[in-house]
Amino acid sequence: MAELLSGDELPEVMVVPEEAPLELPPDWQPPSVEHLETEFVENDDLGARRDLRIQIARMEGELGELFGSAFPRMGIEFGVAAPGGPRVLSVDELERVRDSLAARLQDVRGELHDRTQVEECYRERLEHLVAEPGAHRWVRISNEDIGEPGCRHWHSRPRWGPLGLLLNWWRVKVSSGCPLAMGRG
Amino acid sequence: MALPEEWEAAPEPGWVAPVLAEEFPGLGIASTVVACGSGRSPAALRERLRELSNRFHGSHAVMLRQRPIPWAYRVFFRHIGLDPDQTRTPVEQVALDRMHDGGFKSRGVLEDAITIATIESGVALTAFDADMLQGRLGLRLLEPGERFAGRRSAMPEGTIAIADESRSLAILFGKMAEGVEVGRRTKRTALVAIGLKGVPDIALEEALWLGASAMRA
Repeated sequence: MAELLSGDELPEVMVVPEEAPLELPPDWQPPSVEHLETEFVENDDLGARRDLRIQIARMEGELGELFGSAFPRMGIEFGVAAPGGPRVLSVDELERVRDSLAARLQDVRGELHDRTQVEECYRERLEHLVAEPGAHRWVRISNEDIGEPGCRHWHSRPRWGPLGLLLNWWRVKVSSGCPLAMGRG
Repeated sequence: MALPEEWEAAPEPGWVAPVLAEEFPGLGIASTVVACGSGRSPAALRERLRELSNRFHGSHAVMLRQRPIPWAYRVFFRHIGLDPDQTRTPVEQVALDRMHDGGFKSRGVLEDAITIATIESGVALTAFDADMLQGRLGLRLLEPGERFAGRRSAMPEGTIAIADESRSLAILFGKMAEGVEVGRRTKRTALVAIGLKGVPDIALEEALWLGASAMRA
């Protein structure tokens, strides 16, 4: 096509046209502020701090919900370092608190997710254990394994001791719970 | 039916320094004066504590931070640079003591009254010797080099403090200056409630009323 330029006709480097120096008239004055439709504002630290406080409040609420749902699981770290006070924190300090809370939330969610997956596996295994004790000999599953409070556990054991062991009579024995704090008497 | 005048705990609102009011909308302080000091709790108050112990269990303690008022205090602690898991909010501290001791232990009229009011309402309460106060109570930032009575070193500038119209009395949710705490010689006690955004005024009034009525019982 004749209208199209061929490759060798195109310049390899784009040439920037030389700009003429800016010449201002000698009587030029910058426009006064009144005529500009621009609003001059001071650095809005107060607004930033309020926004950060709202974020912190929301995250603290989420962390509280996770704390409640994590019970009775032990060993999950919920602590978030604080810069010290009581005082009015700067934007930087509030950001650090916000970021620490966000990181802690992520850690706790991950930890809870991992644990609930393991607990789900234990629950499935418990169902099979109760259905077929003989297929899960000597297996012992506790409340802690399935994420429940209390000391109860399920134990697959032979009925009548050695006799059940020889005759393959298995059953699930459920413990009666936590020992009494003050003993029986 | 109107209650006798001595049973009414009319809360007196305090003042909040403008810089604090601007930073923390809803922050407030209210107080009421009870014409008694501390001392050994009467049997009726100790019985009330026992009943409260039976009503407050571990599940309540675990779910505490999901209740609106205790949550508001936790959030405020974060906002002012305190870690509520290190420096416990008043209601969480009382709940933790309940779990640790196996019940709300009686520690004296004032402490027991504050325990009852704190657990029932969730509001943070403290108390001063009313005869040592000058003017209304309020919240403000400490000035550079300002000292507390009984402390050698100056307090860090910008610390939020409870103050009367002449001097600072205590760090907010922290230590008190010497001479203003309720002691054996106290004849009138000023019960003080700290209000926040998320803590309705009626909860402050309820907390002060509960505390005052428990002290008078």
